Order: sequence, then C-alpha cells, then structure tokens
Amino acid sequence: MSILLAVVAMIPFLWMISTSLKSRGALMSIPIEWIPDEPTLDAYQEVFSRFPFMRTIGNSLLVSVSFTLITLISASMAAFAFAKIRFRGSDVILKLYLAMMMIPTQVTMIPLFIIMNRLGLIDSYASVILPSIFKPFAVFMLVQQMKSIPNDYLDAARVDGAGIFHVYGRIALPLCAPTLATLAVTTFMESWNDYLWPLLMLNDRNKMTLPIALSTLNGQYNTEYNVLMAGSLISMIPIIIIYLCAQKQFKNGLMAGGIKG
Amino acid sequence: MRKKKQKHIRGQDGLLTASPFLLPSFIGLAVFSLLPIVVSFLMSLTDWNGLDRITDPGFLSEHFIGLENYKVILGTGEFWQVLGNTLEYIVLYIPLMLACSLGVAYLLSRERRGVTAFRIIYYIPVLTSWVAASMIWKSMLSPQYGAVNNILAVFGIEGPGWLLDENWAMPAIVLVSVWKDMGFFGLILLSGMVGINKSYYEAAALDGAGAWQRFWKITLPLMTPAIFYVLIVSLINAFQLFPQIMIMTDGGPNGATQVMVERIYKYGFRYYRMGYAAAFSWLLFIIIMLCTWLQMKGQKKWVNYDS
Repeated sequence: MSILLAVVAMIPFLWMISTSLKSRGALMSIPIEWIPDEPTLDAYQEVFSRFPFMRTIGNSLLVSVSFTLITLISASMAAFAFAKIRFRGSDVILKLYLAMMMIPTQVTMIPLFIIMNRLGLIDSYASVILPSIFKPFAVFMLVQQMKSIPNDYLDAARVDGAGIFHVYGRIALPLCAPTLATLAVTTFMESWNDYLWPLLMLNDRNKMTLPIALSTLNGQYNTEYNVLMAGSLISMIPIIIIYLCAQKQFKNGLMAGGIKG
Repeated sequence: MRKKKQKHIRGQDGLLTASPFLLPSFIGLAVFSLLPIVVSFLMSLTDWNGLDRITDPGFLSEHFIGLENYKVILGTGEFWQVLGNTLEYIVLYIPLMLACSLGVAYLLSRERRGVTAFRIIYYIPVLTSWVAASMIWKSMLSPQYGAVNNILAVFGIEGPGWLLDENWAMPAIVLVSVWKDMGFFGLILLSGMVGINKSYYEAAALDGAGAWQRFWKITLPLMTPAIFYVLIVSLINAFQLFPQIMIMTDGGPNGATQVMVERIYKYGFRYYRMGYAAAFSWLLFIIIMLCTWLQMKGQKKWVNYDS
C-alpha cells in the first residue's frame, strides 16, 4: 500500500525524466515509449542553446541568496528590537505586522508594480530582491525565539562593556541559529520558486529567474515536451540538493511556513 | 532576595535605541505594505488605465468613480462564474488532498524501514516549482501522448481530453495541485499524528479495537487541530490559485478555469484596467477573510484541543 502510493507520487517525476530524454520524433510515437528507445540529450542541448539557461540558473541563485540574506538580517534586527528593547508602541507595531500578513500579495502588487516602474527598477534584480526587507512572518518567528533567550546572557555582556550592536550580533544572533537556519531554507525555497512577482518584474531574457524562464519556454515550445521537461528537471536539481543537505531545517520549517505554497 | 522577572535588556530603553534595528524593517513596511495598500484602495475607486500619473493635479476629479468598479464586478456574470470555478476547484481539491495527505501521514507513521526514502519521494513535488509541476502535468495529461490516458487505456478506460475539455480542465488542475501539495500537508498531519499519546492505542487494543476503528475513533479526532490548520492554509491557497492556471490552460477552454488571481493579472497587466483589477483584488481579500473567519468560528464544533 505504502509502496503503491509512493509509486503513484513518483510517476510524474519519472515521466519528466523519460520525456526529457526523447528526441522530437519520439514524442509522438504511438504506442508511446515509456522508456525512450533511443535516449538522447538533444533536449538538454536545446534548452541551453535556445535560451540563456546557464545565466538563468545564476540569476535564480543570485536572487534567492540575496533575498534570503536580506530577509534574515532585516527580520532578525527588527525581532531583536521587539523582543529585547523596551520602547513605546512596540506591541501595537507588532500587531500591525501581524495584520499585514493577512493582506494577500495580489492587493499590493498593482501599486507596487507602479512604484517599481516609477523607480525604473523593472527588469532589475533589485525589483525582485528588495521586497525581502519586510517579511513579517520571519519577524514573528524570530521574536518568539529571541524572547526565549535569558536576559542574563545579554546583561552580562552589557556589563562587560559590549555595545548594543555587539549584543545583537555576537550573542542574540548565534543563539537564534536554529530558527535562522529554518527560516533560511524556507525563504530560499519561496524565493527560488516564486512566480507571480518576478513574472511582473522580469521581461528581459537575461534577467529572468528559473520559473519565469520556464514559463517563457512553455509559451514558445508549447508541445515540445522534451525541451520543457529537460528545463524542468534542471530547475529542480539545485533545490533537491539543498533539501538533501538540510532535511532537518525543512522539517522544522513545515509547521511554521505554509501560507505561501 | 526576590528577582523581578525582567523582559528586556537592562538600561536599554526607548525608541531611539531601538530605531537602528527597526529602520530597515520599517522602510519595508512603509514602501512595500502600507503605501501600496492605501494606493490600491484609492485605485479601486478610479477607472485608471495605468497611464496617467496619479500625482497629476486633477487626477481624482478625472478618474474618480466611487464604488462603480465594485458594482460592475458584482453585477457581471463573469465574477460569479469565476467564483463558481474556484468553488469547483475547492470542492474537488480539499477532500482529495485531505484523503491523500492523510494517507501519506498514516503510511509514514507506520513505516519502519526506508522512511527517509519515502519522505523524500513525497517531498519532491513540494520542492518543485508550480511552473515545473504544471508543465510536467500538462505533458502527462496530453490526450494522445500523455501518461495518464495511456495508463487509463491499460484498464480499458478512454481518458477525456483533460485541458482541452471544458468539463475536465478544472479536475486536471486539481490533479496537479493534489500531487504537489499532498507531501506538504501530509508531513504536517504526520506531526499531529505522532504527537498522540500511545496509551490511548494500548487501551483501545485491550478493548479489542481493530486498526480501522483505532484510526477513526482515536487518531482522527485527536488530529483535528492539525487538520484544521491544513484546512485554513489550503483554503487560503485555493483562492490564490494562479501558476497552474497560467501554465496549463491560461483560463481556458472557454473560461472554464478562470479564477480570481488570473482575472486580476489579466485585467491589470494585459488590459491595463488597473482600477478594475485593484477592486477585484480587494474582493479577493474580503472573500479570504470571510472564509477564514467562518472557519475560525466553526472550529469549536469539531476541533479537539485536549489531547
């Protein structure tokens, strides 16, 4: 039973591999070839020759890594202030953050498109990276974590003459490492697979991230499934490698993440 | 000496101390959230086409149309058809997804050997982008050359035209969504399942309850908080259905798979009716809020928090 469900779940994945190894002619043979009679890497060559796909992979890496780093830095700084510094209105502002999480991205995307357009940021990496500076969900998770740090640690450092930035960077941040790691993988995945916002921002083939490049291929080579499947497979490899290396963080991120698929 | 419980760092008070830490986040809040929300609402009250500058004098007097956009949207059949399509998706998707992810959770909780391998198998679709997943299924569902219809043919069933058929396009979208989501929700349900106290099962086994009975009478009721969470999240996601539609059908055939976000995207960025699209997006927000609120209210009736 267990094996049956697993096999069914695997079929699309296996189908993708098999199709990506077919020649154009083999796509339309009847009866269909479950395993290609003459496997070929033509489709992979096509992907790279018809599209700057190497560059696309680089773009995706650049965007996702920067997006993740900025999210972690900005959110952990804000979380430190909310959890460890007493200031007026801190609770109200935190509630405002929570409220912002309820607003679907579709509500803000049209004005944001116009703002980006006015700033001349369309077709720039910045347009897809900058929104990472405000991720209320990451702030929440880190506030929880920071609150659990005993103040004795932080006060002791203060007594020793450490500045507040030192306390944040050298003491609070390392103590949040598990949460930061979890957030890092979930944020990276979210950014890596994001579709709607980059679709609006990136029209230049040289700037596109993987999902956008794939959707462009989908438009151009509508039924050349060997090319589409080769592209899909390539796009999955990096994230699968990351998953295999960081399974624990993905598991922890599961309960926390969620809203955006 | 009694120690007072201290919440913050000593001697570090005030907004001034906090401000360097809050600055990046606040700029983000203002630019990427508050400002767009206000502008979006104002836009929804105009017939703006995206060309004239909002800051021009006389912009409002020229373009302000009050609640006209909302009236038009709610008065046209299209909105209700779109809502109907989404409802069709939800009605098919939620039960199928729940059944599959419960299956995944149950099997993973009982598996002794190779759990890691099974976990990876169910997680691969979660890691896949919606774009790639949709392309894979588009190829799988190709009527003549696709895997699905050729597998069905083995059992003597003639498969439908799927994405080309008005009646089967939405079920096809449901298939890819269930495939992609069942590992994710399955692992969430699994964490609810393993949290159940073993002594319940031991007591039930003593009373002679079979595996099936134990699942229905113990596992399921005690998992209701996890199921509730899955329902909330999956329903919000369902209203925001988008990449699958864009890649697989583009809203077709004959509008059978048009959904809210697809409409917002098309009105805003293909037809440049920005005001209309903004009004549409606020209706989406209201619907999501309403659904979440109803679920929160309804949870007392069936969610069991005393495990």
